[in-house]
Amino acid sequence: MARSNKPIVWGLFAAGGTASAFVAPALIFVLGLAVPFGLFSPSDLAYDRVYSVVSHPLGRFVLFGYITVCLWHAAHRTRTTVHDLGIRNDRATLRVSYSAAGLGTVLAGAFLTLI
Amino acid sequence: MSNRPYVRPMGTTWWVSKAHYIRYMIRELTCLFVGLQALVLLIGLYRLSQGREAFDEFLATLWGPAGQMMSALILLMLVIHSASWFNLTPKAMPLWIGDKKVPGWMITGAHYGGWAVVSAVIVCLVGGRW
Repeated sequence: MARSNKPIVWGLFAAGGTASAFVAPALIFVLGLAVPFGLFSPSDLAYDRVYSVVSHPLGRFVLFGYITVCLWHAAHRTRTTVHDLGIRNDRATLRVSYSAAGLGTVLAGAFLTLI
Repeated sequence: MSNRPYVRPMGTTWWVSKAHYIRYMIRELTCLFVGLQALVLLIGLYRLSQGREAFDEFLATLWGPAGQMMSALILLMLVIHSASWFNLTPKAMPLWIGDKKVPGWMITGAHYGGWAVVSAVIVCLVGGRW
């Protein structure tokens, strides 16, 4: 039987869809809106506070996993949606979207290592 | 005679004809905003790795007028993503207890409950109310 990368990518798609469904709205709210709307104080997102969470081994691990599955969710669903839009160039779409997700995964790992 | 399989021609705009299809397309396009949210986190990590000043600049940009508009749009699409994802969960993962099928609304409801709890925990943790 021909080997396929489909189960792996689909697994990442499903994991990213589920993780982001639970976490993403609250995350973007606390990060992007709570302070300008006056609900949080800027000190809630102060450098030292964020740094201590992100530099913790568990924080690094969770963030890396979360960003990775989110990127692959986006990449896979973009690919199928491009197909749904009647654009039949799956190989090119696959290459672009999965490369972007791969690059993002590597960058997430690099930034989290540097921090 | 041709060996190539017949591919039915399909336009790019077939989905605008029906409300159901439009909802489907919006649901699929939420993935771009899941990706955008990850990109915001990625940029945040990059700026954090550059030090205090860079991170403060990142937050100032994110909290500026354009950043707020972007965050609000991302939030809207992410809420649509969460709701549609949980609404589909009973179809993607039907659950059986013995030979009885667990009703879809219970699976969806449990996920909405979990979503509320997780969101409250994140808000309380970051907001420093705990």
